Amino acid sequence: MKSTSRLGAWVAIAIGTLYFVLPLIATFEFSLKMNRDGYSFEAYKVVLADPGFQATFGYSTLMAVLTIIVGILLVVPTAYWIQLKLPRLRPLVEFITLLPLVIPAIVIVFGYLKLYNSSSWLPLTGNERATDLLLMCSYVTLALPYLYRSVDAGLRAIDVRTLTEAAESLGASWPSILLQVIFPNVKSAILSGAFLTFAVVIGEFTMASLLGRPAFGPYLQLIGANRAYEPSALAIIAFMVTWASMGLIQVFARNARPARKTA
Amino acid sequence: MSTSPDSLTHHPEPGAGQIRKGLTLSSLNWLGVAPFFLFALLFLILPTATLMIGAFQDADGHFTLGNIARLFDDSILSAYWISFEVSAASALGGTLIGLALALAAIQGGLPQWIRPTLMTFSGVASNFAGIPLSFAFLSTLGRMGLVTVLLRNYADFDLYGSGFSILSFLGLTLTYLYFQIPLMVLIVTPAIDGLRAEWREACESLGGNSVAYWWHIALPILWPSIMGSALLLFANAFGAVATAYALTGSSLNIVPILLYAQIRGDVLHDQNLGYALALGMIVVTGLSNAGYIWLRSRAERGRE
Amino acid sequence: MAYLTINNLHKRFDDHVVVHDFNMSIEQGEFVTFLGPSGCGKTTVLRMIAGFETPTSGRICVGGEDITQQAAQKRGIGMVFQSYALFPNMNVTQNIGFGLKMRKCPADDIKRKVAEVIKLVELTGKENHYPHELSGGQRQRVALARALVVEPRILLLDEPLSALDARIRKNLREQIRDIQRRLGLTTIFVTHDQEEALTMSDRIFVMNQGRVEQEGRAEIVYTEPATEFVARFMGNYNLLGAADTNRLLGLNISGHLAIRPESIHVLDGHSQQDGTLAGTIRQHQLLGNIIRYQIESAGITLQVDRLNRTASDLMPAGTEVRLQISRDDMREVR
Ligand SMILES: Nc1ncnc2c1ncn2[C@@H]1O[C@H](COP(=O)(O)OP(=O)(O)OP(=O)(O)O)[C@@H](O)[C@H]1O
Ligand SMILES: [Mg+2]
Repeated sequence: MKSTSRLGAWVAIAIGTLYFVLPLIATFEFSLKMNRDGYSFEAYKVVLADPGFQATFGYSTLMAVLTIIVGILLVVPTAYWIQLKLPRLRPLVEFITLLPLVIPAIVIVFGYLKLYNSSSWLPLTGNERATDLLLMCSYVTLALPYLYRSVDAGLRAIDVRTLTEAAESLGASWPSILLQVIFPNVKSAILSGAFLTFAVVIGEFTMASLLGRPAFGPYLQLIGANRAYEPSALAIIAFMVTWASMGLIQVFARNARPARKTA
Repeated sequence: MSTSPDSLTHHPEPGAGQIRKGLTLSSLNWLGVAPFFLFALLFLILPTATLMIGAFQDADGHFTLGNIARLFDDSILSAYWISFEVSAASALGGTLIGLALALAAIQGGLPQWIRPTLMTFSGVASNFAGIPLSFAFLSTLGRMGLVTVLLRNYADFDLYGSGFSILSFLGLTLTYLYFQIPLMVLIVTPAIDGLRAEWREACESLGGNSVAYWWHIALPILWPSIMGSALLLFANAFGAVATAYALTGSSLNIVPILLYAQIRGDVLHDQNLGYALALGMIVVTGLSNAGYIWLRSRAERGRE
Repeated sequence: MAYLTINNLHKRFDDHVVVHDFNMSIEQGEFVTFLGPSGCGKTTVLRMIAGFETPTSGRICVGGEDITQQAAQKRGIGMVFQSYALFPNMNVTQNIGFGLKMRKCPADDIKRKVAEVIKLVELTGKENHYPHELSGGQRQRVALARALVVEPRILLLDEPLSALDARIRKNLREQIRDIQRRLGLTTIFVTHDQEEALTMSDRIFVMNQGRVEQEGRAEIVYTEPATEFVARFMGNYNLLGAADTNRLLGLNISGHLAIRPESIHVLDGHSQQDGTLAGTIRQHQLLGNIIRYQIESAGITLQVDRLNRTASDLMPAGTEVRLQISRDDMREVR
């Protein structure tokens, strides 16, 4: 009985592995075939040397970093304040942070185009810098569910109220409480949320495309429509970036455990 | 730390000071969360609300139900239907396969390292959606894809000759499964961890075999979580644009692509109908998410 | 022949031996207790009897039949878990009826038997409640009823009362014992509370580090500990090493000497009776109807219990007394 169920488990894992690994192998294999006379990294060379790649990847990286900074500045004080002073508002804030999972990204950006078009009261789509700002805000919105949940969980794991009161009784000011007491204790939770945000933002297509900004996502789409081998190389690169982000989350999640015990 | 009596005397009128502090704090309290609510209002709630209102207006801003009625035109209804089918199929497949994988890794008696490996991989794969994913599947199951070529050369099987296409319903569903299955693994794992070993043992000591255990105990306990996850997967697929767009261009008539094309000004040329399309999407994803939340709270309540 | 016999049972987890050479036999209808400190292997032995754990070696027989390799669901051995392990998706009636359903009982029989057992454990009125709607004591009684209703050959209870508060504990203790007697159930009860073991059991197995230290009727194990461990674990025995025994009493022994606190008599300091020892009161503790004194004699501190009859009986620290210890109350233990 037990051995048949173990066999079943092995079969499930084997089929799953096949399904998940096969596309990666296929993509990798395809990306190596750019030269007629055998496997080579030609496609990668071409992609990495393409100024379009460099510009859009740089733009998206910058966007991701800005998104993470703004997202953290928005989420950490809010989550902290909710735990400390306004626990009644927690369900409302949680509900709002989950909204981006309910409202599809394409709907949100459609709303931006209606609300902030060049003839509206706040014409954010009017010039490029303002549109960049709008795009970044849309990314913060996308990241809200991930960021808020990991920060909130991090704050719950330490006893925020006691820590704050201890710091207050020692005469610390509010900024120094946040920066020196709370922040270091939820650093790993924040970093986890940040890497997830990075993974989500870096290849995002819908919002960048509809707001007409030169991000990595639309670039990928363009290459996909016009080239043969480069898309595969780009897919492998994108997969590595995602993997690196998740790997870093694991590293920080592991480091968080002993820190939590001593806290 | 000790509070000696004379440390109190250094603070004259502690009561009055506290009252004043309390008053200023309560208004400060709201200031503390104001940026968040302002942000949510500007970039999440107002944009959505204005679309919802727009769905009930004609081009001149007068109230009408005409846009909503036009959602039931054959061409638009069929787009919703195909979206529904793709989302439902990928949610169903993702739920079943994801559940099987999670069960195998957690309860299948496999070596220890399988589980963390699966979890890390699921974290990566559930976020590996969008355009790179479509590239990967084109390289695998496209006309020149590895699997297509291998099948033709070694198994003498013409995949495309048999009617398959990566641009079809089946192709899109297979592609979506790549992020749906790992997402299911991630959300159902806590529920499976909640199955306690004593339940199985209690069942055994009462004469139940493992079929009885799964049928009468484990599945009923997991049921709300499974259903809830399926709904979340459904909403996840229903709102996805990038994967489908990169894979099929505008050739597959599903709602997100229809809306994308509408916004880009390729088709329809009717803003307000676009708003109605968006409203329809929110209703569908909103309902399935509400179902998810409801089922999840039920699953939590059942715990001892 | 005994109903349940266990011979030379061993259990090893990896390289860690948890149960060593465990032997026991119990008669049909007997109520025995495994008593021992945390981690001594009580649960492990119980789980091997129930069939959840495979012994590394040894034999378990019930009614002359070897069940060592039998699947748990075929053994007909009921188990009540420390954490209740009620099925959260079933109400009280469904939980209790589950075992009967597995045995393919007709629905009418299930209904009748479940109703009977619900009355037996006094849960009338809670039939349709779910586990999360019950108190700890009620959950424990559902767990008990669920195990009882299938009329198991042997009932195993793993610290079933440890999560409950003192009053409910005492109540349930009596209820369990009462039901067990009425049904004539062969029962093994696990606890690390010696009072519980003493009040409930026909026989006690005191366990330590995977071995049986001593077995016997409750009153025997209490009054006649066989080893130092049992003496320490069962009561507040005064335990004297060989050197101390020699200095205090002039006796030569090889192991330890165990003397119960209530068997030391305190006499007036001027008493000149033969064979008494001089002592000085150092401290006392009030334990309700008993006063426990720490009395020093020949540099050794002894615990001595006296009844607390009137307040004027209390002897302050520094009082000189004489102690009388009867030879019959001294036990030499290993
Ligand atoms: N599955 C297992 N794997 C490894 N070691 C185990 C396992 N189960 C129990 N042990 C070890 O066996 C020893 C005895 O455990 P057991 O649960 O039988 O103790 P116990 O007497 O029931 O204690 P308690 O009163 O705390 O319940 C412990 O040291 C425990 O760590
Ligand atoms: Mg135990």
